[in-house]
Amino acid sequence: MNGDAVARWIERAAGLIGDNEKYLTELDAAIGDSDHGANMARGFAAVRGKLAGHPRDDVGAILKTVGMTLLSTIGGASGPLYGTLFLEAAKVSAGKAELDRGAILQSLSAGLAGIQKRGKAEPLDKTMVDALGPAIRAFEGAEGVSLAEALGRAAEAARQGAEATIPIVARKGRASYLGERSAGHQDPGATSMWLLLRSLAEAAAE
Amino acid sequence: MLPSFGILRPMKKLLNAPSDLVKEALAGMALAHPDLLRVHVDPAFLVRADAPVRGKVAVLSGGGSGHEPLHGGFVGRGMLDAACPGAVFTSPTPDQILEATRAVDGGAGVVHVVKNYTGDVMNFEMAGELARDMGISTETVLVNDDVAVQNSLYTAGRRGVGTTVLVEKICGAAAEAGRALADVAALGRRVNEHGRSMGIALTPCTVPHAGKPSFELGPDEMEVGIGIHGEPGRRRAKIESADRITEMLMEPVLDDLPFRAGKDVLLFVNGLGGTPLLELYVVFRKAHEIAAARGLRVVRSLVGPYITSLEMAGVSITLLEVDEEMVRYWDAPVHTAALRWGV
Repeated sequence: MNGDAVARWIERAAGLIGDNEKYLTELDAAIGDSDHGANMARGFAAVRGKLAGHPRDDVGAILKTVGMTLLSTIGGASGPLYGTLFLEAAKVSAGKAELDRGAILQSLSAGLAGIQKRGKAEPLDKTMVDALGPAIRAFEGAEGVSLAEALGRAAEAARQGAEATIPIVARKGRASYLGERSAGHQDPGATSMWLLLRSLAEAAAE
Repeated sequence: MLPSFGILRPMKKLLNAPSDLVKEALAGMALAHPDLLRVHVDPAFLVRADAPVRGKVAVLSGGGSGHEPLHGGFVGRGMLDAACPGAVFTSPTPDQILEATRAVDGGAGVVHVVKNYTGDVMNFEMAGELARDMGISTETVLVNDDVAVQNSLYTAGRRGVGTTVLVEKICGAAAEAGRALADVAALGRRVNEHGRSMGIALTPCTVPHAGKPSFELGPDEMEVGIGIHGEPGRRRAKIESADRITEMLMEPVLDDLPFRAGKDVLLFVNGLGGTPLLELYVVFRKAHEIAAARGLRVVRSLVGPYITSLEMAGVSITLLEVDEEMVRYWDAPVHTAALRWGV
């Protein structure tokens, strides 16, 4: 993936998250505080503006701009977490004009590690980790297929991971205050992470 | 027809556009209180009119909007040097907190008062790291006084609610009195350790962007153990008399610290936004009676809507076991939009 493809990914993500703003807000209303859709839409709309006219020769620089913009516009818990995802990915892809499969895997893994460190979340805590973790494993395991197909499998694993948060009792974030009552609802953060990875797969298939 | 802002069900709010709400409210505050505070627009924060105060420790807080007067209404002499408002129920961002920290640092360091919510903690953590990189000393006082939340490995920990107001007042007075950064922070932590709160909601509230109530409550129901973000509480119950509700809140609060006979306390009965002062005093009366029956001396009190949840009807009760130093700083002059005495 070169800089143009990464920019296409973010453009698609902004569109998809904008289209699903109300859906994300409804999920958050059930177990959180009804702001996830608006916050994500605001953040990605800002990123879309920042990337127009941004140089495309350094993938790391693009990802850093995305991370810094999300950090200063999303707010809540999602701002530092999505900001960290892109900033950590930016560190390992700094100076690269293109990311091959190994570099994509490295970037996503660095992002996941950063999210877990910042949010102190483990798998099955009912968070975005439950979408990103399975996606990375699916991507890593997708050998002998095209990049687009591998990212497609990652996105599918993220969707299943997000769905699998439904029965979980939350142990991190605002949903954890509900105790047992958080079970039966899909995690909004895992859902927005799935949308982000679906956009990545679509951009790679373009 | 009422404007629907693109949402099917109309909201009855004094609103232009949801995305302009916080910005327009800040502009209003700047115009209403030019003697007390100044508003910085991008990134958004408020500072006391004479900031930075050279040589004085600065006290800064922040959090989502929708809890007014917390925190902006407490900016001024004797309380907060700065407040960082996020979007409604959304923590402020690291760049906001960093810029506000720089704007109020008078060379003696900055205390960050942070309510224990995942987002607030992470954004303040990142801002604190950035401030330290720039050579500004910061200390964090984390407020986590809500007894409705089980404090265990399996949750994000107890939420910060009513005690936040008391921490801000007492730390602000200590800073004004010239106390050092570590002392102000230690005092703030001591206040948090000795404060406990719990609340109930009679109605939900509507986040402007969401356009509908955050949860549904039947006409005869209340939500027990409510937070301040319209998030549902731990259980639902049939509504009871004011006295019985006060008992339901006081008992867990009293048992948690626990508050022991013979101690002095500050009793704070807080309205969540939609409950009239008349009803809050009914609750205060009963809470005072319960405290006295336990052998506590209510030496200071606060009654009113100070940490709210938009238009939610409901009440929270905070008890703080005070010592001589806390009372002295509580009594010290304060000059802000929402709290004012001794000036």
